[in-house]
Amino acid sequence: MSAGGAGPTLVLVVIVGVLVGCGVSLLLERSLTRILLGVILLGNGVNLLILLGGRPGVAPVVGTGAVEEMSDAVPQAMVLTSIVITFGLTAFLLAVGYRSWYLTGDDEVPDDIEDRQIIRRAERDEVTTEDLGGEGADADPEQVDPEPARRRLRRGEGVE
Amino acid sequence: MLVLLILHLVAALLAPLFVRWWGPRACYPLALAPAAAFGWALAQTPTVRDGRAVVETYPWVGQLGLELAFRLGTLNWLMTLLVGGVGTLVLVYCARYFSPGSLGLARFATVLVAFAGAMLCVVLADDLLLLYVGWELTTIFSYLLIGHSTERRSSRWAAAQALMVTTLGGLAMLIGFILLGEHAGTYRWSEIAAGSLPAGGYLITAVVLILIGALSKSAVLPFSSWLPVAMAAPTPVSAYLHAAAMVKAGVYLVGLLAPALATVGPWRPVVLGAGLATMIVGGWAALRQTDLKLLLAYGTVSQLGLLVVLTGAGTPDAALAGIAMLLAHALFKATLFLVVGIIDHGAGTRDLRELSGLRHGATPLVAVALLAAASMAGIPPLIGFVAKEAVFAAFLDRPVILAGLVAGTVLTVAYSARFLWGAFADRPGVPPARLDRIAAPLLLPPALLAVAGLVAGPLAGGLDGVLRPYAELFGAVHAHLVLWPGPTPALGLSALVLVAGGALFALRGPLTPLLARLRAPVGGNPGYEWVVGRFDRFAVEVTGATQRGSLPQYLGTILVVLVLLPGGAMLAARPWGERIALWDTPLQLVVATVLAVAAVLAVGSRSRMTAMLLVGVTGYGTAMLFVLYGAPDLALTQFLVETATIAVFVLVLRRLPARFSARPLRRSRWLRRAVGAAVGLVTAGLALVAASARNAPTISAAFPDLAVAEGYGRNVVNVTLVDIRAWDTMGEMAVLVVTATGVASLVFQRSRTGPRPRRQQRGARPQRPGRPVWLRGGARLEERRRSIVLEVMTRLIFHTVVLFSLYLLFSGHNAPGGGFSGGLVAGLALVVRYLAGGRYELAEAAPIGAGTVLGAGLAVSVGTGVVSLLAGGSVLQSARVDLYLPGVGDFYLVTSIFFDIGVYLVVVGLMLDILRSLGAEVDRHIEAAGGATSRLAVERGEGA
Repeated sequence: MSAGGAGPTLVLVVIVGVLVGCGVSLLLERSLTRILLGVILLGNGVNLLILLGGRPGVAPVVGTGAVEEMSDAVPQAMVLTSIVITFGLTAFLLAVGYRSWYLTGDDEVPDDIEDRQIIRRAERDEVTTEDLGGEGADADPEQVDPEPARRRLRRGEGVE
Repeated sequence: MLVLLILHLVAALLAPLFVRWWGPRACYPLALAPAAAFGWALAQTPTVRDGRAVVETYPWVGQLGLELAFRLGTLNWLMTLLVGGVGTLVLVYCARYFSPGSLGLARFATVLVAFAGAMLCVVLADDLLLLYVGWELTTIFSYLLIGHSTERRSSRWAAAQALMVTTLGGLAMLIGFILLGEHAGTYRWSEIAAGSLPAGGYLITAVVLILIGALSKSAVLPFSSWLPVAMAAPTPVSAYLHAAAMVKAGVYLVGLLAPALATVGPWRPVVLGAGLATMIVGGWAALRQTDLKLLLAYGTVSQLGLLVVLTGAGTPDAALAGIAMLLAHALFKATLFLVVGIIDHGAGTRDLRELSGLRHGATPLVAVALLAAASMAGIPPLIGFVAKEAVFAAFLDRPVILAGLVAGTVLTVAYSARFLWGAFADRPGVPPARLDRIAAPLLLPPALLAVAGLVAGPLAGGLDGVLRPYAELFGAVHAHLVLWPGPTPALGLSALVLVAGGALFALRGPLTPLLARLRAPVGGNPGYEWVVGRFDRFAVEVTGATQRGSLPQYLGTILVVLVLLPGGAMLAARPWGERIALWDTPLQLVVATVLAVAAVLAVGSRSRMTAMLLVGVTGYGTAMLFVLYGAPDLALTQFLVETATIAVFVLVLRRLPARFSARPLRRSRWLRRAVGAAVGLVTAGLALVAASARNAPTISAAFPDLAVAEGYGRNVVNVTLVDIRAWDTMGEMAVLVVTATGVASLVFQRSRTGPRPRRQQRGARPQRPGRPVWLRGGARLEERRRSIVLEVMTRLIFHTVVLFSLYLLFSGHNAPGGGFSGGLVAGLALVVRYLAGGRYELAEAAPIGAGTVLGAGLAVSVGTGVVSLLAGGSVLQSARVDLYLPGVGDFYLVTSIFFDIGVYLVVVGLMLDILRSLGAEVDRHIEAAGGATSRLAVERGEGA
């Protein structure tokens, strides 16, 4: 089965590139469905990439062939795990997409509102917090605790 | 000493419980912790008087050479007495200061006791890193104490400011400590001080950094601004943290390090300059305050400046004066704060413009305040006088510094008088306030402290003997602490200071305009606000520039970096080998071509369903490549997963629009594809490099033998999953459980553990007579959605498929299969039942919660690991059990099969949860929405 020997196999190398490239193109989209399809393509490509790290051969089942001719079992165990995790991720992202559709009628990923607000702040040269502690323009800045207990008592808050 | 720290920790942890039981009175038992520290330190007095130290060490972090090293020298002894003694009294005071219903009392009590423990750690630590740990703990606890009134903005702001300033100083100090420790080869200060530090430029850096830490903690210029602001704290906290304990940590550190470091270049200029400036500026600011607490706060700033000058000067006489002043200041300043607390508590204000006539009927309070203020002003026979005499005597030969000290002391006398006048004088036009009877627990602590200050004066001789060993660290001591030194220049200066201070107070009326105009920069709040504001602006700009909020932009940035850095490195190095085979078998080319075409078409597809199917083709193609590569387990799993994926996709796509929304931005689309192509190229290059980069034998060479010998199985991949690398699989199962839960929680609006959809009433829908029922749940489907062929097929194959899944599970150890593929097959059987019969049929097929299945699976797998641990093996170690069954003969069981059963259950649970959520629950949504959108998207849309 292993006509190529120890070196890499060009067909597999190319197909890894194609799958990853297509996956990335979809990943950069706005629609969650497309992003998810991109993740799946990317996953397939990367699984093959991991597999390429080991050597091809006969199935790694003792007794079916010579041990020297067996394919590498370690990347296979890793990839098997990865396939199942990708499935879990697929289901999760689909649920996210459904939720997004349920709430907004679409599954597009919009820009983050908080981030846009910060960008607007930056453009207007503002700060993030209003809690700068200034007690008003007329107050003496050294009288930083200007509220004596009596006022608090009057408000019925108890002392301290 | 460790016992004392543990005692504080236990008391802090018990505090909430005590407060719940006894309210504010819980502070009495809690006071026992600092009292124990006080008592213990008192018991060590003979040792300390002999100039010896008590040392305790315990191993802590061996790899870092870190020890819990404690050492009680003279300075530590005094600080322990102050921290423990004042801590006890403040806690007693708190028991009556707070009313039973006060908010956050449990937190307050916890933090206050914990603070006492942390402070104790600071003053007892010999290891500099341990000292740092205690130091930062005091910072954090003081943050919580200052911010006690969480609902007030000024309180939060004050807490944040104190935290910011002191933490910044603390971090600088840590770097200084590390510089010192690494060059000296030890972090034990007693060893560093005993040896000689190697000279070098690092020493100057270290000294400056450590001084930044010490001065910021002690609110010395230019770090003073946080201390007056911190007066937002409850008054007992101010008395403890801002008079006796925490702010003294900086002074303590200066005093601790001065014997070894005072001769280093920048030490004396920094300490003397900053200290003197702080003393004068703080005293001046204290004269302008109308809030009694703020007056004391600025007074404290001033006195801290003085203390830093004394302990940092590095001469024996100044050190003796410094340690005496340290004691005197703690005694009188804590007293005065506690007195202000009583006034505030009783009169409802502490603004001196609103206070009048308090002295009538409050004689004990007036006496206490008088004693303390007199000690502050340095009037004989109080301890303050003794200390001040020593101060003047120590600097008689340095006129410039002496002049500064005298000026500062004049201000001290003036604001001491101002305090008494402000608190107790009669003011015409202001309604006289009256204090009710002052409770003993409120009056007793300040009274004790004031009397201690009175008693310590005449006992100056004895005190001299105890404190002298500290001063002797600097060399031979000539001065003495005495109550009456006879006619000396220092005594003359004292008299002059008292007269000048009294005159300054008497002239307060005419001086008012000057006071108002000459505002001291010590309340440097604007400066702090400016710095914080700059940081805030900078952060906004940086965040605004980097966080653009667009997902494609973030991903694109990451991917472009991937292309540029590893891709560029690859182009530069060209590490790939020469031998590149075209293919292992020509079949690969055929499969790969189909796969590539499908992938490229999927990118361009405008329809969701088409894109999904094309991606599915690539999945099956990948599975074919696995087969050709010699990986049957992978191929099996990939086929099953791909099928399940398509099924799940269809469940969701029936609700989503058939087509992707058309986006007019054509340029960005080509940009995306260019990035994709570049990443694809780089990845292909990486694949090429990775495949030919092996230069060591693979570890999997040993796996076949391992699998047979230790895993008792022949399928190497499966044994790897359930035995050799079983921990990885355990982690994966956890991920799957989380995913399933995530899916369910995204779709279910209510709890998924509620009643499951069951076939409610048998025959609720009239059944046609004579028609056989193939699937019971199917009877509840709409007639036009039923497919009798599907129902019959499902009925026929379901049990066979489940049986097959069990076969895969059990045979997986020796042949392709295992828990993953078995679970997926069983899950697909459920998918078929659901597709044929709807959600009621799903409930019929699996009348059990998905969460139960997931939990059972995880429990079985973890249980397998625990059992093998209990049996004496390592976690998840396999054992082989030989059995005999009549009719079957001899066979054996490997314990890892139970682990695989757990995997099987988790996968089935995942599938079940997905079907319940994206299938059954979405069905319910559709029915609730009126069924208009219940048709599959592909039925409505244009399809492929």
